[in-house]
Amino acid sequence: MFEIVERQEMAQGTIISNWIKAPKIAAKAKPGQFVILRANEKGERIPLTMADTDPAKGLINIIYMVVGKSTALFKTLQVGQGYIDVIGPLGQPTHLEKVGKVICVGGGTGIAVLHPITRGLKQIGNFVYSVIGARSKDLLILEDKMKAASDEMMICTDDGTYGHKGFVTDKLKETLEKDKDIKLAVCIGPVPMMKFCCKVTKEFGVKTLVSLNPIMVDGTGMCGCCRVKVEGKMQFACVDGPEFEGHEVDWDELDLRLRSYMVEEKVSYDQFKECHGGGKCSCCS
Amino acid sequence: MSEEVKAPKKEKIPRQKMPEQPANERRRNFEEVPYGYTPELAMKEAERCIQCKDPRCKQGCPVEIDIPGFIKHIKEGEFEAAIRNLWEKNSLPAVCGRVCPQEVQCEGLCILGKKDEPVAIGNLERFAADYQREHGKQILPPKADPTGKKVAVVGAGPAGLTVAGDLLLKGHDVHIFEALHGPGGVLLYGIPEFRLPKAIVFQECNFLERMGATIEVNAVIGRSETVDELLERFDAVFLGVGAGLPVFLKIPGEHYIGVYSANEYLTRSNLMKAYEFPVYDTPIVKGKSVATFGGGNVAMDCARTALRLGADHSYIIYRRSMAELPARTAEVHHAEEEGVEFLLLNNPTRFLGDDATGRLTGVEVLKMELGEPDASGRRRPVPIKGSEYTVEIDTAVIAIGSGSNPLLTKSTPGLALNKWGYIVADPKTGKTMKPRVWAGGDIVTGSATVILAMGAGRLASNSIHDYLTYGW
Repeated sequence: MFEIVERQEMAQGTIISNWIKAPKIAAKAKPGQFVILRANEKGERIPLTMADTDPAKGLINIIYMVVGKSTALFKTLQVGQGYIDVIGPLGQPTHLEKVGKVICVGGGTGIAVLHPITRGLKQIGNFVYSVIGARSKDLLILEDKMKAASDEMMICTDDGTYGHKGFVTDKLKETLEKDKDIKLAVCIGPVPMMKFCCKVTKEFGVKTLVSLNPIMVDGTGMCGCCRVKVEGKMQFACVDGPEFEGHEVDWDELDLRLRSYMVEEKVSYDQFKECHGGGKCSCCS
Repeated sequence: MSEEVKAPKKEKIPRQKMPEQPANERRRNFEEVPYGYTPELAMKEAERCIQCKDPRCKQGCPVEIDIPGFIKHIKEGEFEAAIRNLWEKNSLPAVCGRVCPQEVQCEGLCILGKKDEPVAIGNLERFAADYQREHGKQILPPKADPTGKKVAVVGAGPAGLTVAGDLLLKGHDVHIFEALHGPGGVLLYGIPEFRLPKAIVFQECNFLERMGATIEVNAVIGRSETVDELLERFDAVFLGVGAGLPVFLKIPGEHYIGVYSANEYLTRSNLMKAYEFPVYDTPIVKGKSVATFGGGNVAMDCARTALRLGADHSYIIYRRSMAELPARTAEVHHAEEEGVEFLLLNNPTRFLGDDATGRLTGVEVLKMELGEPDASGRRRPVPIKGSEYTVEIDTAVIAIGSGSNPLLTKSTPGLALNKWGYIVADPKTGKTMKPRVWAGGDIVTGSATVILAMGAGRLASNSIHDYLTYGW
C-alpha cells in the first residue's frame, strides 16, 4: 500500500490534496510527469500529474478534483490509509528552458500541475507572469504557492468574487499585448480553457505548452487509449506527452474522446453515491 | 508369421475429448471453455502414448519437456510424479497446456498422428498441472544450493517467468520487475479468462514466489529505474518486456469512440475486468455490432470477448481468405461455433462516425480477391475496384499485430536495436550487445506465441547460468 501521510481538502471539499509515501517515484519524478493510481482491487487506473514531490521524505503530492466514482472513492481515503497501486513517474518531463519572459496560465486543478512548472521556470531565471483562475473565489487553489513562483500574478474568477471578473484568457491577452517580449506560454486546465488560451497565443505567435489529460489505461504506451492528434499525427499522451505544443493539438477530437464513457461514468458514480458504505459498490464489497 | 503366434490385437483407444461448455452457453459467459480431463480420461488418453524410444514430440517442444516421461506417470496414476517431471523443464505447465499451439509442435510430430490422431499432449499437460493445483500437496521442486548471484528479470510475462523459474532452480536469487499492477504479462492482460483463467496465472506466479522469487509490480523499468541502475544492483539482467505497442490501421476515423486497439480492448476486459463493470470500476464499450480487424489468435480472442460482452454481431474482417488465417485452427473453430461471423477478403478503408457525439457508426470496406503469392508465401489480396460497402458497427477492435514499445529500449544506452526497434539478441543465447544484459520473447522477435517466448527464456536462462557460474 502507498500510504497517505497528509491530506487536505481545498475548494470547499471539491479538490483534495494528498501527500503519498512513494520513495522510488519521489526520487525520480520531474515537473510535468504523472502517476497512475488505483484505490483498491476493483479500482480504475487513474492518471494524475504530480503537483509536487519531496524526495528527501520520499513523498509525492497529487491534487485532484472530485468528478466521478474513482475520485470520490479517492476522497474517502484518509491519512494512514492509502492506494493499492501508484505507478510512475510516467510521461515526459517538462522541458524547462531559460527563454526570458514566460506566462503561465492555470485553471481549476490545472493550477496544481502548473505550479511545479512555473516554479521551475522561475528558478532557472525566467521572468514569470502567471494567471490563475477558477469559477469563484472559494474554488481557487494554490494562490500563495503560485505567487511565490511568479514575478507578477493575476487572478480571475468567472463570477468576479475575486480578482478580475472573467476568464483567464482576458488577462492572458492583456499581458501579451502589454509585453511583446514573452516567448513562451504554459497553459494548463480544462480542455476548453486550454483551447481558447491557444487561440489567443496563436494570434501573438507565442509558443504554447499544454498538458493533456485524455483517458488512459496502462500509461506506458501499450494500449493507445490516450491517442491524441497533434500536427495531424497520432501521438500517445502517456509516453509522447502529456505536454504538447498547444497550437498543434486537435482540441475537438480530444474533447469528444474524453466523453467516451459518459454514460458508464454516471452509472458508476450514481451507484457509488447511493451505496457507499452499504456493501454493494466496489469500494466496500 | 503365422496367425497363431501374433499377440492379441489391443483395442484401439480413440483420442479422448475434453468435455467443454456448449457453444450457445459459453458465448455469453467468461468461464473457461473446456472443463479439463477427469483422472480417468487422462489415464485413458495417456495409455495411447506408445512411449517411442526416440520421441519426436520432444523435438517439437521449445522447452524440451520429457513428454513420454510425464505421460507415463499419468498412465500409471502417479500424478505427483508427472508434475515433478514437467516442472523440470517448465514452470508454467497449466498455461502451456492451454495456450500452446500443440498441433504444430509436439502433437504435430507425434507418430500416432501419421495414421490416426496424435496423443493429446497439451490436454495431458494441463491435467497434470490442474490436478496438482486442485488436489496435490504443497510441494516444490528441489533447488540447487544458493549461489549468492542476483538476477533482475524485467517483465513478468512468459519469457521472464521462464527465466525466473529456471534460475531459481539453479540456486540464483531472482527479482522480477513488472510494469502493470499484477504479474503475468500477456497471460494476464491479453489472453481472455475463458481461455486462461486468471486464477491459474496467479497461482503459477505464486508458485515462483514460493520458490523464492521476488515479484515487484508497478515497476516501469525505463522510468522508475533504468537498466543501468539495475546493473549496479544485479549480476545479470534479462529483458522480457514484450512487444507492447499497438498498431492502428492508419485509416481515417480511428479517433471515434468505440475504436480500440486489441491491446486496449483486452486489457480493459481481462486485466481491469471491465466485463464485470460496474462491480469493477473500469468501463468498456459493450457494442451490439463489433468488428475485429485481423485474423490471428488475438483477433479471435477479441471477437469472442465481444460476444461475451453482449454483441449481437461479432465480425472478423480479414483481407485474405480462410486458408490464410494465421490463428490456430482450434481457435477459429471455437469462434465459429460461438457465432463469430467471418467477413473474409474484406479490407477496411475508413471508419464512419457521428461527429456530434464522436461515436463510431460503421466501417467502409473494400472487397478483395487473391492474386499471386507474396513474400510471405501467402496469396496477395488485391482490391476489387468500386466494391466498397459499409458495415454498420458501433465497436471496432484493431488486432493486426503490435510494434516495439520504445519506453525501455530508448532509455537503455548500449542496446542494439533492429530497424523495427526490436532488441538485437543472439538467437542461441539471448545475449544482447550490452554486457550482462539478455533479452528474449516478443521484444526480440516481434509478436509471437507464449511458448516461443518461453523457449527464448529457456535459452537465455541457460546462458545467464553459464555466465554466473563460469563467467561466460
